[in-house]
Formats: sequence, structure tokens, C-alpha cells
Amino acid sequence: MKLDKQTYQQLLEQKSPPSPLGRDCAKAFLFGGLICTVGEAVSNFWQWRGLDTSDAAAATAITMVFLGGLFTCLHLYEKLAKHAGAGTLVPITGFANAIVSPAMEFKSEGLVLGVGAKLFAIAGPVLVYGISASVIYGLVLVLLGGGSGA
Amino acid sequence: MNWMEYVNAFWVGGAICAVCQVLIDKTKLTPARILVGLVMTGVILQAFGLYQPVVDYAGAGASVPLLGFGYSLAKGVAKAVAEDGLLGAFTGGVTGAAGGIAAAIVFGCLFALLAKPKSRS
Amino acid sequence: MIERVGKRTLRLTGRPYLIAHAAAVGKKEGEGPLGDRFDYVATDDRMGQKSWELAESALQRNAINLAVHKAGLQKGEIDLILAGDLLNQCTGSFLASVDSDTPYLGQYGACSTMAQGLALGGCLVESGAAQRLLAAASSHFCSAERQYRFPLAYGGQRTPTAQWTATAAGAVVLSGKGMSRLRVTHVLFGKMVELGVKDANNMGAAMAPAAYDTLSALLHDLGAQPTDFDCIVSGDLGRVGADLLLTLLRTDGIDLSPVYSDCGSLLFGDTQDAHAGGSGCGCSAAVLCGPLLRDMQAGKIRRLVFAGTGAMMSPTSVQQGQPIAGICHAAVIERSDA
Repeated sequence: MKLDKQTYQQLLEQKSPPSPLGRDCAKAFLFGGLICTVGEAVSNFWQWRGLDTSDAAAATAITMVFLGGLFTCLHLYEKLAKHAGAGTLVPITGFANAIVSPAMEFKSEGLVLGVGAKLFAIAGPVLVYGISASVIYGLVLVLLGGGSGA
Repeated sequence: MNWMEYVNAFWVGGAICAVCQVLIDKTKLTPARILVGLVMTGVILQAFGLYQPVVDYAGAGASVPLLGFGYSLAKGVAKAVAEDGLLGAFTGGVTGAAGGIAAAIVFGCLFALLAKPKSRS
Repeated sequence: MIERVGKRTLRLTGRPYLIAHAAAVGKKEGEGPLGDRFDYVATDDRMGQKSWELAESALQRNAINLAVHKAGLQKGEIDLILAGDLLNQCTGSFLASVDSDTPYLGQYGACSTMAQGLALGGCLVESGAAQRLLAAASSHFCSAERQYRFPLAYGGQRTPTAQWTATAAGAVVLSGKGMSRLRVTHVLFGKMVELGVKDANNMGAAMAPAAYDTLSALLHDLGAQPTDFDCIVSGDLGRVGADLLLTLLRTDGIDLSPVYSDCGSLLFGDTQDAHAGGSGCGCSAAVLCGPLLRDMQAGKIRRLVFAGTGAMMSPTSVQQGQPIAGICHAAVIERSDA
């Protein structure tokens, strides 16, 4: 048989099992929800310690990044993520995992070119585009006359 | 203690993750692209004032997912532009998210040094 | 002498002897259904090394040393080493043989490397370029993950079509003269076949058309039926790719299923979370150099087609949007009673 790309694509789609969407989503919902609930408790803890709302939010982000990093360091995050999928990817703990895991992995290439250079290998784009978007938004605000100091 | 705030954090946070899971399973988007998309979406939503109500309702359910990272970038910029004008457009975002970013760098290095390599099974 | 049979098959008239073989595998592979049929099973995949690349090279060196030892040879008695792996610049292989004091040729055929080395080695022995030659291949889950996918501790989810890179190595010693019953009779070098598969998590689908091309050509050139062989084994198509290969051949009226196996589907059990099956150079290398050749020694298999499959891709080519081509090299190994 002479194979052409189109026929083969159809055949392989037929033969390749799809991801179990329902089960994946249920798990993502459950794990993602649980991580956010922990975040809520952490936020309440910091407010109870006397931080105002905005400081508590920053402290919560720091705490969640710490927890994500700790679980990654103990090789637990990858075990959770295998089941949780987006449930562990999307929370800020997943951002921490994306930073800690390459740093751990590339330690064998040294502290500067390994840990230092690879730290943002996966999560770097998040900062690049997040910060760029925020600067663009800021410039738009300035143009619209939102800046009193300008 | 108000139990509803935990319930709201749970279901809103869970729902955001479930939507992203659909994107992963059903599209060709890689996880890194989804994270970039989420942060930018967070900035844009907050730019139109749409994300603050979600944060008010769901607390950590809205701020812990990466949409919340975009939200804090946008919120920081708005505040800094109001105070410093043009300069604020550049300093505000990173200031707003400074805690998370610095924590990620420092803990990243720390845990990398502490971690032991381990295969998976 | 090397004779061309039909369009692409090469007959090695001197039938080089396969005088020794050895397989070394990691912990997970040792816990699989074939676990007790390898020569060496690691207790720790790090192999006491400083890096995963060094761990892989240690595993390959183990397989090489065991094969040389089983052949009753000393280090200096090998004329040439053909070795390859999945890593950039074949890191695992050159590190494994850097102290061997033996001529060395690095091989890259992705996961088909063992078949490539075996087929090329057969030709070199047949031609007299080497009297005794060693072909080896290895892969390591951890070194492959960090190069091709993500860091080990990164939380990612695998799709059902994804395959698990085996931590494994295999080595064979070929010789122009020998005492072995196992001999390489035919080889066929594969073409790259690309049918637009871009999903790096579905390599079986990318490789199946190449296996189809190679096996069709081999059977056609030899005028053979699948049942003329006791076993036709593909490298690491996994469950998805194996299914596709059988389907493709069936459209030509060829039923491979009575004699067909796939190393990737054999290596791991259903409960081992390897999804569509094993992959990597070491997968087919270890399954060949462990269970399959042992079965040939024992007379359970008398004519074997070893069709190693590989996916021609790199992180760079995938990121640049290039499709993944498959390749498949085949070698026919026969057991003679005389």
C-alpha cells in the first residue's frame, strides 16, 4: 500500500487512545482546589499574624512557593502531578516546581551554568510575558492619563 | 471562622485548573504555553477590572492559580502608575509580584542544593 | 561476501557468528516481566555515579564487559566497537568506551541504534574490515528525560500514547570465525519515512510506517512469508505503533501477528505505568541481547528478524515544528544446528 499523510493521520487518530478527559479534569479540579484551600488557610494565618490584606497576599505567595519547592525537593511534587495534571501545574506551587526542578536537575553542570542558568529554563517565559504584559498595561494607563506624576 | 471562604477557594481554584486540564488534553498547547497564557490573561482581566471581583469572592482560589500572578502584576502596575506615572509602568509589575519572584529564585537555589538526585519508577 | 537479494536486502554469505551477547538493565526494567532474563540488573539507576550520563555509560560498559567476557575474549581482542545512544554527541557511548583502547565508531539511529550497529557490524565482519567486532547501544530514562523532555522532578503528566525510555543496555560480539550457533544471515538498512507525525508523545505512530516499509521490503526481497520465521520483533513501537504496523501490513494481505512481538511492549508489565510501552536504544538492545538471544541459544527461536525502530527527531527539530520521521533497520539471525 502506498501511504499518504492524510490516510495515515486518520488511521493513527483511530488507533491512538485519547487522554481520559473526564478523569483528568476531576483530578485536576480536586488537587487544584485543595492547593487553593491550603492557600486560603495560609492567607488567613498571615492575616491572623497581623498582616494587612496586600501584605498577606505577598506572604501567601512566598509561602506557597516555599511549599511547592519543598515538595519538589522531596520528589513528592512529581508524584502528585502525575495524577493531578493541571491541578498541580496551574497553582503558584507549579511555578515553584518549574523553577526548582531544573535547578535540581542541572546541578550536575555546576552552580553557575547549571543551577543559575537553568533556574528559569521552564518558568522564564512566564516572567518574560507576564512582566511585559504588565509594562504594556502600565504604559496604556499612562497614555490614558492615569499617572498623576507624569 | 467562615467555612464558606474555604469552599469558594476550593471550587474556584479547582475550576480554573479543570479548564486548563481541558486545554492540555484537547489542544496542542504545552504546559509552558498554558502558564504563559494564564499570566497574560490575568494581567488583561485585571486591566479591565474583571479579576478583582473573583479575588474578592474566592480569595486564594483566585490568587493562587497563575492567573493571580498576572493579577498581582497588573494591580502593582496600576498602583505604581497612579503614584509615579511613567516610571511606575516599569516598576509596578515586578514590585507587585516581587515576593513570589524572589522566593522562587532563593528557594530554587536552596532546594537545588539540598536535593538528592532520584530516578523515577 | 555481501550479496544483494532483491532490491534492498543484503545477504551475508559468510554468515558472521554472533559469539556472545549481554544485557544490563535498570531497576524498573528488572522488576518487569523479563526481569530475570538479563545479565545484570542495577539496584540503583544512578549506578553510584556523579551524573545520569555517567550512570548510562556505566550501564553500557557493564553490558560490553559482560559480552566480551562471555565471548572468552580479552579487552584488546576486539577490532572495533560500534556503539550509540540517545544523548547529544552519543555521550553515554563515548564515555563507556573511552578507556577501551579499541577503535570506536559512534552510532546514532535513535532507538534503532542496536539494529543499526548489528547490521553494519555484520557487513564489516563479512567484508573483512573487522575480524571481531562489538555492537552496543544504551539508553537511560533519567539522561533521556533531561535532554528530551523535562527535569525529573518536574510535575508533568504523560499521555496514554507516550512511551517510557528504558534504562537498559545491550551488547553483542560478532566474529568472522567462531563456535556459535547463532549467525547473522541478512541485513536491511532502512529508509527514513515521514508521514507528518508531530507529536513527540506518540513516537510509536511516527515509527510504524518505517517498520512497515522495512519489513515489507525484507519479506518481498526474500520471497518469504512471516511464518517462515519463528519471531519477527520490532524495536520499540509500543502498543500504539505495533497495532498500526499490523494494520498497515494487513492492508497488503500480510498477517504478521502469529510471529510478531515488540520489544517495547514486552519490557514492561501493565502495572508498571509505562503507558504505551518501553522505548530508547536500550529497550530493543536489552530485549534482544537478553531474552531473545537466550531463546535462540535454547533453540526456542530458530529464525529471528530483529527490526529496530527509531524516531528521527531532536528537541530542536520538534521545537522548530519539524515532523518526526521513523527509521527501521533489520537483521536476520539464524540458529544452525551443525
